[in-house]
Amino acid sequence: MDSIEKKLNEFKSIEELWQRSHWMNDLHPLGKLLISVIYIFTVVSINKYAVTPLILMSVYIIFGFVIGELSFKTGIYRMRLILPLVIFVGVLNPFFDKEVLLQVGDVGISRGVISMFTLMLKGFYAVLATYILIATTSIEKICYALSVLHVPKIIVIVVLLIGRYFYIMGEEADRIATAYKLRAPHQNGVHYSAWGTLVGMWLIRSMDRATIVYESMLLRGFKGDFSSEKIKVRAIDVIYPIVWITIFILIRHSYLFL
Amino acid sequence: MHTGIHGELLTIEHLNFSYEKNQQVLFDLNLHAHDGESIGLLGANGIGKSTLLKLLVGLYLDYDGRLEIVGHAVNKKNLNHVREHIGYVFQDSDSQLFMSTVEQDVSFGPRNYGLSEDEVKRRTDEALAKVHIEYLRNKQIYKLSGGEKKLAAIATILSMEPDIILMDEPSIALDPRNRRNLINILNELKCLKIVASHDLDFIMDTCERVVLLHDGTIIADDKAEVILRDKELLESHGLELPLRFQNY
Repeated sequence: MDSIEKKLNEFKSIEELWQRSHWMNDLHPLGKLLISVIYIFTVVSINKYAVTPLILMSVYIIFGFVIGELSFKTGIYRMRLILPLVIFVGVLNPFFDKEVLLQVGDVGISRGVISMFTLMLKGFYAVLATYILIATTSIEKICYALSVLHVPKIIVIVVLLIGRYFYIMGEEADRIATAYKLRAPHQNGVHYSAWGTLVGMWLIRSMDRATIVYESMLLRGFKGDFSSEKIKVRAIDVIYPIVWITIFILIRHSYLFL
Repeated sequence: MHTGIHGELLTIEHLNFSYEKNQQVLFDLNLHAHDGESIGLLGANGIGKSTLLKLLVGLYLDYDGRLEIVGHAVNKKNLNHVREHIGYVFQDSDSQLFMSTVEQDVSFGPRNYGLSEDEVKRRTDEALAKVHIEYLRNKQIYKLSGGEKKLAAIATILSMEPDIILMDEPSIALDPRNRRNLINILNELKCLKIVASHDLDFIMDTCERVVLLHDGTIIADDKAEVILRDKELLESHGLELPLRFQNY
């Protein structure tokens, strides 16, 4: 299996997660979207030297993966493209901020080391919180939540269509790469002389298919509005986000209680 | 949506169309079709079958002549009315289906027309039942086989309860069992059907009337039994007798 096909399969396996019969999947998407956004804002807003509240904030990630029955290993793997960026955030802090903040035995831990650690942790949490959202909520439901929030419909449609277009481009890239490989069995990768033609073909074919998809939408009454089934709000859909947001606020201001 | 209108549903008179100047695709085309008819649209590759179908659903609007669907002229102003009456099953079902699951795709049309959730559900259930794929309701589109995708694509059109269904090469890439299944399903549908295909046996099984296109105009319009047995006519226009009529 080549890398493009592998990536398409990863995308498909996220779609499979959306179809799971699990109570977290059934929660109202607006609640889940708000929890994720507020969680990320709360995590980011925590003081860069405050390690304790940051460690406490892991409760949401642990809950999401354990109770949501999501694989932590798969979550990390899926987010592998973003994680290196997260790890390198703040890597220079120890060199600029050398003032010792903690003394562990004879070893002094500088403010720079602490802030590097918290910055990494913040990025790590943000990525995993996003994964919890996208693993339990389909793109259509996220778009529904955005439309409930009165996000301009043009933005909602763009988010929805990018999701679809991304998949179409992936499929076309896979077909072109396979056709190329079958006729160039001894080559490792695509020869640079063919790059221009292949990329051109890829874009044209993707656009052709996207045009058919768009025509199909138009013929079924699409007028630029995102219409989806109205999702009923149950008690749990209100209680669940309220509980989590309260927990986030309490942890954020935990120094007041200590 | 299906109006139950009887009589003439499709009127084409003196239709001319070209993509670019000096590249005319359709010439002075005339065709009238009525409720309940099944019409096979035949012709060699590149003679304008798909173009004609796309004109009927208003995907191309810069034509000359008269083109009416259920009494509505196909123009920008009437586009919504026209598309409420006519459904188009694309040749490539993969591109026609764009939502995550079969149910979401089938309910996309009715929901866009602002129908109530109860009505959307009724239409979705009925459309899935008509093509016998109720069991695929929650299945993801990418997991469907070629035959299932074709049936799902037809269900997406049926849920809009159209008066006219257009199909572009519906039997392409179907195995014999799925092909037979599709034939049975099409024969159960009572609305006006126009099927563009090179599969003459399929046309023989699903259509009573055949229209033969050549060089952008209609050169024969008669009962399927008459045209599909006319070896000379078919061969002179790049086609062959259906397999069942060929003598080996």
